[in-house]
Amino acid sequence: MPASNELLERSAAEIAAAVNERRVSAAEVTRATLERVVATEPNVGAYLTVLAEAALAEAASVDRRVAQGERLPLAGVPLAVKDNMCLTGSRTTCGSKILEQWIAPYTSTAVARMLAAGAIPIGKTNCDEFAMGSSCENSALGITRNPYDLLRVPGGSSGGSAAAVAAFEAAIGLGSDTGGSIREPGAFCGVVGFKPTYGRVSRYGLIAFASSLDQIGPLTRTVEDAALTYDAMAGFDPMDATSVQEPVEPAAPALRDDLHGLRVGIVREFDPGALGGAMDALYRAAYADLERLGAELVEVSLPTAEYGVATYYLIAPAECSSNLARFDGVRYGLRVAGRDVRGMYDATRAAGFGEEVKRRILIGTHALSSGYYDAYYVRAQKARTLIADDFRGAFASCDLIACPAASCPAFRFGAKSDPYSMYLMDYYTIPMSLAGLPAISVPCGWVQPPDGNEPLPIGLQLCGPLFAERLLLGAAHAYERATNHRATHAPLAQRLTA
Amino acid sequence: MSDPIIDIRYVAKLAQIALTDEEIERFGAQLGDLLQHVAALERLDTERVAATAQVVESRNILRDDVARPSLDRETVLAQAPQRQGKFFRVPRIIGE
Repeated sequence: MPASNELLERSAAEIAAAVNERRVSAAEVTRATLERVVATEPNVGAYLTVLAEAALAEAASVDRRVAQGERLPLAGVPLAVKDNMCLTGSRTTCGSKILEQWIAPYTSTAVARMLAAGAIPIGKTNCDEFAMGSSCENSALGITRNPYDLLRVPGGSSGGSAAAVAAFEAAIGLGSDTGGSIREPGAFCGVVGFKPTYGRVSRYGLIAFASSLDQIGPLTRTVEDAALTYDAMAGFDPMDATSVQEPVEPAAPALRDDLHGLRVGIVREFDPGALGGAMDALYRAAYADLERLGAELVEVSLPTAEYGVATYYLIAPAECSSNLARFDGVRYGLRVAGRDVRGMYDATRAAGFGEEVKRRILIGTHALSSGYYDAYYVRAQKARTLIADDFRGAFASCDLIACPAASCPAFRFGAKSDPYSMYLMDYYTIPMSLAGLPAISVPCGWVQPPDGNEPLPIGLQLCGPLFAERLLLGAAHAYERATNHRATHAPLAQRLTA
Repeated sequence: MSDPIIDIRYVAKLAQIALTDEEIERFGAQLGDLLQHVAALERLDTERVAATAQVVESRNILRDDVARPSLDRETVLAQAPQRQGKFFRVPRIIGE
């Protein structure tokens, strides 16, 4: 059968089944996706680079493997890769002028494992510069629009991957989450966004932002696809000494249809009443749905969680100021001439980095500088301990935690011009990042914004203890199956393309 | 507050980023604002709390000290802003 637009709107699992059963070839799926990208990109702008040639070559290789009798869990599945992950021969920019022309000389482990599972790299997606932001507006290289309302941001920093998946320009998007950068754009674009436990997926070839927090994960249209992606990517990698050695049990076979026997913690300090009428009602309905599916709801307390944003905005910038020191115009990337070598560093970094990256390097440098180190950095690391302890305490009385993924739906371009108001976008996602916990955002309903015509998706966040990915994905699947909120509205970008 | 909470000029020098006067003023105000927000951490009693650098237990992983394949030199040098033969070329560092 020809790979129709209809197939591209199916899940990754369904596309892989069609390719494995040779009802359609990976080459056909890839050609159809590339056409879809051409038609959709003028509206959405999810990709910074489209890898047509590499995609078709990879598709031919997948078709050969399938013809030889191999069954690949992601055979022929169109994959969008956030542009902070290396893929040999592809331009890898991090959304920054300093890497605008840089060609990756090697492939990240996460991407390599996706290709080994049969996925097809369609292109590299837009993101906030060096993954610092919550709207993609900090990209120096392009604007990405929310497929549900083109006047709004897709979220960030993995906004390009979220938008590509929502607009059917890929079935799976890879993102990276440091303080919410997968879960928040997932919520804004009406898709599933999953951050595994810190260390579950190798960071080799992920260009570092904050090394103790960065974690790669999927953006997908179904929880099952998130599980399949996790199963393909997770596991120890000798190239990343912080990747964990714990054995990975595949999550896809553990997906379930009910929540019987599970205690779900509702966080006292995260009262959705603070978010206003429509959001409040949606979250209350979502918690009731969890109960209806068999879960026992219990109240838990995370008293230190309100300090998450303050803690994060010392630790993440401190790590970023150290990681981004490597961009000095010597070995790769942009170089701007100066009077001497120091002048060259100063001019290169001034021209190569955007506003937000400069802000974070400055704050991190300050927090690590002599005389301030204990007052800022060490204190934040201690607060981090308290936040992780809070979660340990909560998980003594529940199996999973449910809470909002973001405090509002997708906002309009330019709406968060004050840096701190943008930082608050990650209020509900940062605590889990600081504690290293696996967490997922699943569509849980729609709101009609007063300043727009299009209904906007909202995400429910579920979070589990360290290494509880199977339980977490299983429960998210039960909730998704029972509610199927994604199906209620088609994205505007899809209607415009049709 | 008369005392600036952060000396942007000094920090920018440490961070090796040239800033315009306008940026120094703007970043100074924005980062001063952020530091006031993070001052909330002073309310936490962290006296007897251990600092967390890494949330998932990690231990040192050693491998045998043997050479193994790495990136191809030509591929890497092809990305250099300036090269000379098999070297990265940089501005003069040591005086004449």
